[in-house]
Amino acid sequence: MTTLSSGNQARAIPWGALGPWLALLATCIFFATQSDRFLTGENLSLVLQQVMVVGVLAIGQTLIILTAGIDLSCGMVMSLAGIVMTKFAVDYGFDPYVAIACGLGMATLFGLINGLLITKVKLPSFIVTLGTLNIAFAITQIYSESQTVRDLPSEMTALGNTFSIGSTEVGYGTMVMIVLYVLAWYMLRDSSPGRHVYAVGNNPEAARLTGISVDRVLLGVYALAGLFYGIAALLSVARTGVGDPQAGQTENLDAITAVVLGGTSLFGGRGILLGSLVGAVIVGVFRNGLTLMGVASVYQTLITGVLVILAVAADQMSRKGAR
Amino acid sequence: MKFKPSALVAALVFTATSSMAAQTVVGLITKTETNPFFVKMKEGAQAEAKKLGIKLLTASGKQDGDTAAQITALENMAAAGAKTILITASGDAIIPTVKKVQAKGVQVIALDSPFDGADALYATDNYKAGELIGQYAKAAMGGKPAKIAMLDLFPGHPVGAQRHNGFMVGYGLKANDAKSNELSTAPEIVCAADSFGDQAKGQTAMENCLQKNPDINVVYTINEPAAAGAFNALQKAKKTGVTIVSVDGGCQGIKDTAKGVIAATSQQYPLKMASMGVQAGAEYAKSGKKATGYVDTGVTLIANKAIKGVDSKDTKVGTDLCWGKK
Repeated sequence: MTTLSSGNQARAIPWGALGPWLALLATCIFFATQSDRFLTGENLSLVLQQVMVVGVLAIGQTLIILTAGIDLSCGMVMSLAGIVMTKFAVDYGFDPYVAIACGLGMATLFGLINGLLITKVKLPSFIVTLGTLNIAFAITQIYSESQTVRDLPSEMTALGNTFSIGSTEVGYGTMVMIVLYVLAWYMLRDSSPGRHVYAVGNNPEAARLTGISVDRVLLGVYALAGLFYGIAALLSVARTGVGDPQAGQTENLDAITAVVLGGTSLFGGRGILLGSLVGAVIVGVFRNGLTLMGVASVYQTLITGVLVILAVAADQMSRKGAR
Repeated sequence: MKFKPSALVAALVFTATSSMAAQTVVGLITKTETNPFFVKMKEGAQAEAKKLGIKLLTASGKQDGDTAAQITALENMAAAGAKTILITASGDAIIPTVKKVQAKGVQVIALDSPFDGADALYATDNYKAGELIGQYAKAAMGGKPAKIAMLDLFPGHPVGAQRHNGFMVGYGLKANDAKSNELSTAPEIVCAADSFGDQAKGQTAMENCLQKNPDINVVYTINEPAAAGAFNALQKAKKTGVTIVSVDGGCQGIKDTAKGVIAATSQQYPLKMASMGVQAGAEYAKSGKKATGYVDTGVTLIANKAIKGVDSKDTKVGTDLCWGKK
């Protein structure tokens, strides 16, 4: 694939980074030929609204995967945060904004706990988050009695509303997702804490020797990821209009899928955040396009599986090429 | 109260014999611990067990589809001396274990979800549940041409197919019979999508269906969370006058029916399934006679507005019999 002399170039522009964009483009062209309703502003705006929850979860997940970790608890932490904010507002009559802050706080707290267990007790992230996955799931079910929380104050569902650009209805939640992506992408690329995230993921020992506090970076990453899950919870609540204890069960792995499809390396240190957004959108486009074609959703799952393997294989090959 | 020595002797003898014969043990295995449907089921089993002096063991999977936990529970309950086990199967993976415990003389009764090899089945007639809401939707349309969206469960689930095909027959469309596991289709059905019985996924499915055909005027939903999701999608797309029908009869669904979010829903009765199961356990312990066959635990059409020619009950009746928070 890559020759020795082009090794440096491959590192500068990993061809894997172009992969997700090409896959998305090819998918869109295919569906555009299959349905004349696919390529309308309204439909594409809808797809973005449908992926905004997984998209925001994937920001947190990307941060963690960049440090060579993984977070299996993201969907369940989101579900718990959603139940906390809605129950606090509806059952205890908290001011909606205070209730939202409590939900965000709960998610951040879970992220912080993950981070502390990983840095202070030196447990692998896979095991820690497998534990918190179960803990968050159980607390959500016990606390909510497995019942959705309804009749939410309008402040809580505002992000589920839309505004018009021309004839296209755009979701406020979609805008929140895009702004978060741009902010996080900029921070990762141009701020020193952002560069430290890559450094820690590439080689924690080398990072430590250059004076980076690896533990502080990891703690920050896990706590910040928790905050993103909290924001995802708010978007999910706003979109569906309820606090749903069943939310997050598939989003857990969907977020990891989005990151992998987006070309971020599971071995850490390599990846472009915007790729994760593309990864999330690819899954959403398949779901939408196949429905428009009248094809059963199980094929979306099949195609997603194939794409995940292709993406990881591409990453593996480009790593070998870069060496 | 007067002291009666004879009664005391009788009581002592009775206690002695019953403790010698050991208390009858019945097991109840549900899909999940916390879902209100199964909470109600457990209530029914507990009340009946208390009445009949039966010891009840309970267990459940972590989530729907968790057959591994159900298999473990089957083995443990048989080992604990349960002679009757009631189970809402999360999948067919439990069948070999069911056969094993049956070989040890345990009677296994399926509640709510059918599977091959159960001694008996106490469940809703899901095909009929579909037919009732199909008939209601047909009457509500009053002869207008229908453009129907079907928000199904997920591929390959028998209950999903029975409700789907039953609805079609109720609506006067041709569809497979109750034994079929295939979803039928017809020109009137302009979109079919999987909702997984989940509100957020139901909303996504409905949004995509509206993209496919914006003129949808009837929506069949597999259950009430999916219906709530469909309503949300319709509202966001500013569509009104769409008839949504559903199946379940949980308290939140009945509330939605009272509000008009759902036009009509077929209510099922988990409490009855469980209490009948415990009674069958008592009978087996006493006479050694196993329960057999299928018993329909009943289904009632609960409608927001009664329509002439369709037999339905109002949401007050539905609220009395629903499960979950009233």
